[in-house]
Amino acid sequence: MTDFSSDAAIWVEGLTKSFGDVHALRGIDLAVPRGTVLRVLGPNGAGKTTAVRILTTLLQPDSGRALVEGRDVVRDAPAVRRLIGLSGQSAAIQEELTGRENLEIIGRLYHLSKERSRTRAAELLERFDLVDAAGRTAKTYSGGMQRRLDLAASLVGDPKVLFLDEPTTGLDPRSRLGMWDIIRSLVEGGTTLLLTTQYLDEADELADQIVVIDHGLVIAAGTAEELKSRVGGDVLEFTVPDRSRISEAVAAVAQVGEGEPHADKETGVVNVGVGGRGSDALIDAVRGLDAVGVRTQGLALRRPSLDDVFLALTGHAAEEDGQGAAGGKRGARGRGGRGRAGRDVRGNGGSPDGQGPPGGGGWRSDRSESDAAVSRSAS
Amino acid sequence: MTAASVTTLAPLRDPGLAVRSRWAISDTLTLTRRNLLVWARVPAYLFFTVIQPVMFVLMFRYVFGGAIKVNVPGGYVNFLMPGIIGQTAAFACFGTAIALAQELTKGSIDRLRSMPMARSAVLTGRLVADTLRLAITILIVVGIGYAVGFRFQNGVGPAILMVVLGIVLGVACCVIAAYTGLAIKDEESVQAFGLIWLFPLTFLSSAFVPIQSMPGWLQAFANNQPVTFIIDTMRALALGLPIGGNLWKSIVWLAGIFIVFIPLAVRAYKRAS
Repeated sequence: MTDFSSDAAIWVEGLTKSFGDVHALRGIDLAVPRGTVLRVLGPNGAGKTTAVRILTTLLQPDSGRALVEGRDVVRDAPAVRRLIGLSGQSAAIQEELTGRENLEIIGRLYHLSKERSRTRAAELLERFDLVDAAGRTAKTYSGGMQRRLDLAASLVGDPKVLFLDEPTTGLDPRSRLGMWDIIRSLVEGGTTLLLTTQYLDEADELADQIVVIDHGLVIAAGTAEELKSRVGGDVLEFTVPDRSRISEAVAAVAQVGEGEPHADKETGVVNVGVGGRGSDALIDAVRGLDAVGVRTQGLALRRPSLDDVFLALTGHAAEEDGQGAAGGKRGARGRGGRGRAGRDVRGNGGSPDGQGPPGGGGWRSDRSESDAAVSRSAS
Repeated sequence: MTAASVTTLAPLRDPGLAVRSRWAISDTLTLTRRNLLVWARVPAYLFFTVIQPVMFVLMFRYVFGGAIKVNVPGGYVNFLMPGIIGQTAAFACFGTAIALAQELTKGSIDRLRSMPMARSAVLTGRLVADTLRLAITILIVVGIGYAVGFRFQNGVGPAILMVVLGIVLGVACCVIAAYTGLAIKDEESVQAFGLIWLFPLTFLSSAFVPIQSMPGWLQAFANNQPVTFIIDTMRALALGLPIGGNLWKSIVWLAGIFIVFIPLAVRAYKRAS
């Protein structure tokens, strides 16, 4: 077996952290080779932020070990802080100061000289397209500009390893694309990146490896394609307004896809993974539903979502229960409020076990998915 | 893979006390500068720290002052100004608590704590900036006092001492506020809590009216609380009145506040991550 550790920019073993009764992390293993991108995917409260906070020396783990560039984040925290950059969920910039002042002050706090702080700020303002706004207070910036400034601030110290905790949450689509361009250029520059996200579609962007965390455990890892193949490609979804006819609808579309359709008895939402069959499956579904005379709303094909990956991997919807929630997270946002608790549970069927640790990093635990599932259901 | 195959680099050598102290001072000054820039740019901060005391001076001098009988050289305006300065200094600590609570909730302390800067600088930078802010505010209020008829009666030295004592009172309140701000964390609760302890301490004191004009049960409190000791000392310094035991009582109270609340604030800051 390859020894990743010598090349690993981030190496984590058996990391656990609890807040009272809440087990935010239950034994996470990670290895991120130098110069690559690891995307950590998971719903709110999965433990993503807790892991980032431990790796950036803001929190102490209860047990386990974490190394950044070979340095222990607990015992050698001051050295780690010199190697990392962090950009969190909310822009940690001073809104009353100008963009330039924000960056110069950060430079001074990295103990750069006045002169060097000034030139570094100018470089970053240029690179992040903030030159015109450099003299305005950050309060006047758009959300996207504030995020760019925050990211610029995390780069002042020229970090070898950069942690971005949900860098695109709350951004409009255009700003999001801009953010991706910037992040792509960082990777080309050789920076090792660890990004967290709730959005599966973002995982397509430039991740060498994706790790899925749920309830404080790594439950899957691989490339975006590998993960999506577990869901079974596209998803056909529609709503049955007349709840009493859901089972007829399910029967009507049972043959169109590759997996079992499943239905939420409360909301009337039915969906089924259709693999690569795409529009053929759509046509079959329309015919089948028409034949039995079930009225539907919003029949459509869509790309697999985080929910689908979670259903496939864990048998529960992403935001089904928040009991593993909140490791240091401030205020849930985004995806809440779509109560899916009533949804039927689909087993792990369709996702072949023993897909095993992919080479190159990311998932490197001995623990298999089924073990993870067992330990979770036992708790 | 086993843990044995991982090479952990040996911890970096400690750069030594001298280097670390130099960094701590430079980080404190950097954050002091940042905090003062923020203060100067937020109209609400300027209003509450400068305009509000000016309004108090005008209101007590011209609205209530005529009805308040005092027996000091120069009349009520001379009685009033040391009290206003003490009250202004105490109220300045709202800014400390709110700023620290904001810093926690906005995540900027996380950014700072993930950097190789001195962690203590977040607190020390805040307190140094607030001390400078206090000094500026007090000098402005003294200037306004002079415009409405206040005059120091006791020479330059005691006048300077009075201003310094006002600043120390303000810093003591800032330390208490730093602790409450870091412990409570929520900006609005911090403000509400600030009013609960600051209002009684400043208004139920000798700051605005002679304590003899209060009912007996209130006199018992007003005569024995630290703000009265400190303001009486300041007034005695400014007007050349006998200081009596007030100076020593003030020093003991202020020292006690620093001894109790500095460690509490530091601990709250460490826990607040």
